[in-house]
Amino acid sequence: MNYRAIRAIYLFEMARTWRTLLQSIVSPVVSTSLYFVVFGAAIGSRITEVEGVSYGTFIVPGLVMLSVLTQSIANASFGIYFPKFVGTIYEILSAPVSYIEIVIGYVGAAATKSIILGLIIMATAALFVPLHIHHPLWMLTFLVLTAVTFSLFGFIIGIWADGFEKLQMIPMLIVTPLTFLGGSFYSVNMLPSGWRTVTLLNPVVYLISGFRWSFYEIADVSVGLSLGMTLGFLAICMVLVWWIFRTGYRLKN
Amino acid sequence: MLAPPPIISVSNLSKTYGSGFKALKGINLDIKRGEIFALLGPNGAGKTTLISIICGIANLSEGRVTVGGHDINSDYRAARSLIGLVPQELHTDSFETVWATVSFSRGLFGKPKNPAHIEKVLKDLSLWDKKDSKIITLSGGMKRRVMIAKALSHEPQILFLDEPTAGVDVELRKGMWDVVRGLQASGVTIILTTHYIQEAEEMADRIGVINKGEIILVEDKAGLMQKLGKKQLTLHLQQKIDAIPPALAPYKLHLSDDGRLLTYDYDTKGERTGITSLLSDLRNAGIHISDLDTTQSSLEDIFVSLVRAP
Ligand SMILES: Nc1ncnc2c1ncn2[C@@H]1O[C@H](COP(=O)(O)OP(=O)(O)O)[C@@H](O)[C@H]1O
Ligand SMILES: [Mg+2]
Repeated sequence: MNYRAIRAIYLFEMARTWRTLLQSIVSPVVSTSLYFVVFGAAIGSRITEVEGVSYGTFIVPGLVMLSVLTQSIANASFGIYFPKFVGTIYEILSAPVSYIEIVIGYVGAAATKSIILGLIIMATAALFVPLHIHHPLWMLTFLVLTAVTFSLFGFIIGIWADGFEKLQMIPMLIVTPLTFLGGSFYSVNMLPSGWRTVTLLNPVVYLISGFRWSFYEIADVSVGLSLGMTLGFLAICMVLVWWIFRTGYRLKN
Repeated sequence: MLAPPPIISVSNLSKTYGSGFKALKGINLDIKRGEIFALLGPNGAGKTTLISIICGIANLSEGRVTVGGHDINSDYRAARSLIGLVPQELHTDSFETVWATVSFSRGLFGKPKNPAHIEKVLKDLSLWDKKDSKIITLSGGMKRRVMIAKALSHEPQILFLDEPTAGVDVELRKGMWDVVRGLQASGVTIILTTHYIQEAEEMADRIGVINKGEIILVEDKAGLMQKLGKKQLTLHLQQKIDAIPPALAPYKLHLSDDGRLLTYDYDTKGERTGITSLLSDLRNAGIHISDLDTTQSSLEDIFVSLVRAP
């Protein structure tokens, strides 16, 4: 392992984060606060409780997941897309680094960033609503797994994209809708049964459900299933990345 | 005595791009350790493609390349560790500082931190006073030097310079050649590409000419210069002659079909050209000259005739 190379890529990416601090940390915090004002205050005054917790409290895990998902994808896809776009990728490709090292550097940095972000959002949320985490270790497990999985997913998008539109397309057209429909703001049990079945096809449901369970011990699906689905998705992303690098897809002529 | 093994060995290398375009056709080329090798060829000849494959930026389609004896595919780590690459295009991270980007390159190549070395590289390239500047604030020539500094940050044994003087002013070019010569003196092998003949002539120990994906000539510069050193003297005669008089046979003259032109090949680098004695022998033979001119075959001519050949 070329640990120095991993470290160089990781620190390079983290430095990019600090340079764009406002955009990477502050704006998600502001938008989360807005969600609390709009959903928590406006809707929360009508829906007082969901499965035994106040509505404002109920949506916290979903909100965190929403940001972690979208930011993981955004960070990782941009992180690898940009060197391709400006041409600096030549140096990575010509360096004595393996693909695994490249992935660890880029995906590690993107995941780190969204984990920090997730924790900041939880802290922000704690200012608005009482927050109690029943299973902190599981909470962290789900947070880390989700951040890593979706950073990998973002990395794949960044390699696949050959233009800025494509870079935006998947997150906007697929991930955001799936997240909103994945039970961030409601319990799947609140839906009519037909819809509930459809909703269970949405992978994000499992992430949010498991994550919410680690907070309040309430879940739409069993925790084991949540964990299994998360790991399954992680495995799919890893296989895809492995294939990309094995073939040099879109990185090498 | 056996010749030392080449530091880079390219055998039967072919490259077909995804578009189906065949950019390299069965290239065979050995680079000697410690030499400055110039790869000379017109735009689109395949110079960048060849370098990209050796450095790991593009995949090869057929053939084999070893660097320092290491196969570039099966033993890419060892192969790439030896190489510093300065690509043709200016690709830099605009918002990084010079110091950060050069240090990053060293880390990427797995070398432990060595601020003293980076300092030396930056000073050699006259970038020291810019070390804390963001790259975006630098001129094109400085960016080019930053890229050279990145390539040298990890102390490579081989340096590739792909069209290093494109868009670089004369002053800077001179400075760059000084650096290159200094590197050679410290044992670094240098491969540069160019489509300027003078540049190849000025810098290289050996020159390879590439065109349409094929290497058409590899020769020591000295050998090429000898060809270049040949001059031709053309003598216009006042009266036509039917044959060259036997007394002039040693000069190996050539008589034109109309009997009015005599041509004489000579070497400007030789001890003596023989022109003076030729002229007096001509007078003795009763041949009078109305005019004379000389022509030189330049590397340019050699090059043009080579690349025009079907
Ligand atoms: N990615 C690519 N896809 C298809 N053709 C390419 C690609 N890159 C270069 N070529 C073609 O390969 C040939 C050689 O290009 P290149 O190696 O850049 O030449 P040089 O560096 O000698 O100017 C050119 O005809 C060029 O158009
Ligand atoms: Mg080129």
